[in-house]
Amino acid sequence: MSFLKVKDLQVEFRVDKKMIKPIEGVSFQMQKGEVLGMVGETGSGKSLTAHAIVGLSTLAGGVICGSIEFEGQDLLSLSEKEMQSIRGAQIAFIPQNPMTSLDPVYRVGDQIIEALRQHVKISKREAKLQVIEVMARLNIPNPERVFHQYPHQLSGGLKQRIVIAIGVCTNPKLLVADEPTTALDVTVQAQIMRLFKEMTVERGISLFLITHDLGVIAQVCDKVAVMYAGNMVEFGSIEALFKNPRHPYTKALLDCIPTIGMAKGSLSAIYGSVPSSGVYPSGCRYHPRCPYADEPCRKTMPPLLEVEVDNWVACYKYYGKK
Amino acid sequence: MGVIGTVLILCLVFVAIFAPLLEPYSYQSQNIEIMNSPPSLTHLLGTDDFGRDVFSRVIRGARISFVVGVLSVLISVVIGVIVGSIAGFYGGVVDIILTTIADLTWSMPAILIALLIVAVTGAGLESVVLAIGLSYWAQYARLIRGQILSLKSAVFIEATRSLGASDFVLLFKHLIPNSLSPVIVAATIGIGNAIVLEATLGFLGMGAQPPTPSWGAMMSNGTAYLFIAPWMIIFPGLAMMITVLGFNLFGDALIDVMDIKNKDSI
Amino acid sequence: MWTYIIRRTLLLIPIFLIISVVVFSLIHMVPGDPIDSLLGPGSIASDRVELTKLYGLDKSLPVQYVVWMKNILNGDMGQSIIEKQPVLDMILYNTPFTLRLGLASLVISFVLGIFLGVISAAAKNTFIDYISMIIALLGVTVPAFWLGLILMLIFSVMLGWFPVSGSGSFQALVLPAITVGLGGAGLIARITRVSMLEMFNKDFVLLLYAKGLSKPAMIVKHIFRNALMPVITIIGLRLGWIMGGAVTIEIVFSRPGIGNMLLSALYRRDYPVVQASLLVLTMAVIIGAFIADILYAYADPRVRDLYK
Repeated sequence: MSFLKVKDLQVEFRVDKKMIKPIEGVSFQMQKGEVLGMVGETGSGKSLTAHAIVGLSTLAGGVICGSIEFEGQDLLSLSEKEMQSIRGAQIAFIPQNPMTSLDPVYRVGDQIIEALRQHVKISKREAKLQVIEVMARLNIPNPERVFHQYPHQLSGGLKQRIVIAIGVCTNPKLLVADEPTTALDVTVQAQIMRLFKEMTVERGISLFLITHDLGVIAQVCDKVAVMYAGNMVEFGSIEALFKNPRHPYTKALLDCIPTIGMAKGSLSAIYGSVPSSGVYPSGCRYHPRCPYADEPCRKTMPPLLEVEVDNWVACYKYYGKK
Repeated sequence: MGVIGTVLILCLVFVAIFAPLLEPYSYQSQNIEIMNSPPSLTHLLGTDDFGRDVFSRVIRGARISFVVGVLSVLISVVIGVIVGSIAGFYGGVVDIILTTIADLTWSMPAILIALLIVAVTGAGLESVVLAIGLSYWAQYARLIRGQILSLKSAVFIEATRSLGASDFVLLFKHLIPNSLSPVIVAATIGIGNAIVLEATLGFLGMGAQPPTPSWGAMMSNGTAYLFIAPWMIIFPGLAMMITVLGFNLFGDALIDVMDIKNKDSI
Repeated sequence: MWTYIIRRTLLLIPIFLIISVVVFSLIHMVPGDPIDSLLGPGSIASDRVELTKLYGLDKSLPVQYVVWMKNILNGDMGQSIIEKQPVLDMILYNTPFTLRLGLASLVISFVLGIFLGVISAAAKNTFIDYISMIIALLGVTVPAFWLGLILMLIFSVMLGWFPVSGSGSFQALVLPAITVGLGGAGLIARITRVSMLEMFNKDFVLLLYAKGLSKPAMIVKHIFRNALMPVITIIGLRLGWIMGGAVTIEIVFSRPGIGNMLLSALYRRDYPVVQASLLVLTMAVIIGAFIADILYAYADPRVRDLYK
C-alpha cells in the first residue's frame, strides 16, 4: 500500500460564471519517508494540488474529481469534520507566506500550542513544554523568549520556523510545504532546507515540497513531479529527471538554468508564455510552445505513460517507445 | 442596489424641480376647519395644525432638503479639499496642525458644531447651510489628504514638476483632479447626512422659519400633536428616509464601481 | 504599554486648552446680551453697569478667558445668569443622567452593531445579511429624533410599555437608549461587516485551516479579534457622533441631561452654562477617543511598538 496516491486529480472552479479546470490529469505516488518535490512555474497548479490534498480546494468552492488516497483512505470521501481531524495531525500543511501566515494578535508560542492542543489532549503547561522542545529542535535560538513574542517582532526566517513548528508539533506523517523558502534570503533558505532534510531522515516524516526552484529540488528531493499549466507532465526520480529529462518542457526548463562558465549571451528562454488560468490550448497544454508538436498533440491531452519503473511522462513522443 | 439608489435620487430631483406643479394644494394655503385631519382621498397625507396639506408640504420640503443637502456638501467639499490638499501636499508642521484641527472637528458630533454656528449666525436656512457645511468638512480633508500623500510620489508628478510646473498648477491641475474619486463617493453619502442634520436643526427650531416647509420644521411642529395627528411627523420622516436611502445606495454602488475601500469616510 | 498611555495622556492637556479657547471664542461670537434677559422693564442704566460688572462681562475678552480658565481649574464654573445657581452644580446634577443614557446607548450600539456585522459577514449575501444591513441603515437614514418619536408613538402611546418621558426608572431609559443606540449600531454594523469580510481573505486564515480548526472556532478566536481592530479605531473617533444623538434625544423624551441644559442655555444666551456644558461635552468626546486609543493599543500589539 503506497503512502500517498493521487490518481487523475482534477479540480474545477466557477469563476465569473465560467467553469475552469486549473488542474487536470494529475497522478503520482509517494512512498513513506520520501521527499517528493513538485516543480513548475507560477500558475502551474502546484499550490492547488497541495490544497486539494489537504482539502482546502473544496472549502474554496472547487469541485474535485479523481482520488487522493492517504494510507489507503480516500481523502475525498471524508466529511469536513473528518478532514479537520486529519489536518494538522496526520497531514500538516505549511502555507506559502510565512510573513503573513501568523495571526498578528497572538503570541507565536500560543499559536503553536493551539495547533498542538487541537489534536492532542494535554494540559497547557505540558503543551508549552513540548512546544519549546520543538522550537529548540528547529534551531530557534532562545525558544523561551521567542515563545512570548509577537509575529511582527520576529525576522522572516524565524517566522518561517514558527510556521514549520506549527506543522510538525503534532508529529504528522505527511508534511505538505508550499514554497516554504520563496520569501526568504538564500542563506536562510539553505538552513530551512537542511531542517527539512533532517526531519525526513531523523523523524521519518514524508515531505511533499512545492517550489519553483530547481536548485531546491536537487538538494532535498528523492522524486520530482513537473507541472505545467495544471497538468503533470513528468514524474520520476531525481537522477532520471536531471540526467535524462524526457518531457520537452522539462528539458527546456533545465536548459534555462544558467551555469557558471556558460558563454555570454547564451541565456535561453522558452518561446511563448504560460497560458493564463482558464484559457488552455486544446490537447496537450504545452503544444504551442513545443518544438516537437504534432497532430495528436493538438487534439487530445496525452496520458501519463510509465516509460521506466516509477518514471512517467505525458507526451506522445514516447508513445510507441515502451 | 445602485440602480434603486439612482432611481430614488432621480425621483427626488424630479420632485424638487417640479414641486410647484406637483403639489395638489399650495403649501401655504391654510384651512383651519380641516386642521389635523388624517390622510384621506382629498388630502393624501392628512393636514397639519394649520389645515395645510401635508402631501404638498412634503413635496415642497423635497426641494429644500435637496438644495440644502447639495449646497452644504459643496461647502464642505470645497473647504475640505483645500485644507486636505494643503496638508497633504506641503506636509510637515502645516500638515500636523491642519490634521489635528481636522481630527478634532471630525470627532465632534456635527450637531454640536452646527448648533454653535447657527447660534452665532442666527436661525434660518442660510445659516443652516453654512453650519452644516462647516460641520462636515473634516472627512473630505482626510480623504483627499490621503490620496494626495500617495500620489505625491507618483512618476507623472515628478515629470510635471521637472517640466517646471509651479506648486499651484501641480495641485490644481494634476493632484486634486486625480484624487477626487473617494471624495465624490463620500459627498454623495454626505448629502444624505446633511439632509438629516438639517432636519435635526429644523427640529430644534434653528432652521427654516415658518411657513417654509422644511421636513425638519414640519416634524418639529408636529411633535405637539404626536398623539392626535402623528401623520405630521411620520410622512416627512418617511420621505427623508427614502431620500437618504437613495443617496446611500447610490454612494455604495459608486464605491463598487470605482473600486475604492475607504473605511474612514463612513 | 505604559509609556504609550502616559504619552497619550499628556497630549490631552494641549487639546483641552485648544478646545477651551475655541469654545470660549465661539460663545462670545453669539449675538445678544444675556444681561438683557436679566433686566426687567424699568431698570436703569446703573443696574446694567452693575450686573455687567458682577458677571465680569466688562473686562476684555482675553482677560475674561483667563479668569474663566483659572476658575475652572479651581472647580468654579461660574454662575448661571438665568438660573442663578453655580454652573458646576447644574453640571453635576445633569451629568449622571446623560452618562446613563450615553453608556446605555453605547452598549446597545456595540452589542447590536457587532452582532449584526458579524452575522451578516458570516452569512454573506443571504437573507440574514440583507435584514441586518437594512436595520443598520435605519440608524443612518433617519434623524435620531424622528426615530425616537416613532418609537415613542408605538411603544409608549399605542402599546403603553414605556413612559413617554422622565428619568427616574429603568423603563424611562429604554426608549431613548434604543433610539441613540440604533444610530451607532448602524455605523458599527457596516464597519464590522466590511472588516470581517476582509479578514477572510487574509493569509493567516490558511494556516488556521491547516491546523484543523473548524470555521466557528476560527471566527471566534481569530477572525473576530482581528476584524475588531479597525472597528475600534473608527468607533473611538466616532464616539462623539454616536453621543451627539443624545443631545436631541434628551429633548424629545424630556429627559434631564447636559444636552437639554445646553440647548435651553443656548436659547436664553446663558453664556456660562453654554461654555461649561460645551467644554464638558467636547472633553467627554476627546476622552472617549482617548480610551478607545488605549483599548486599541491593548488589543493590537503592533501599535504599542509603533511609537518606540
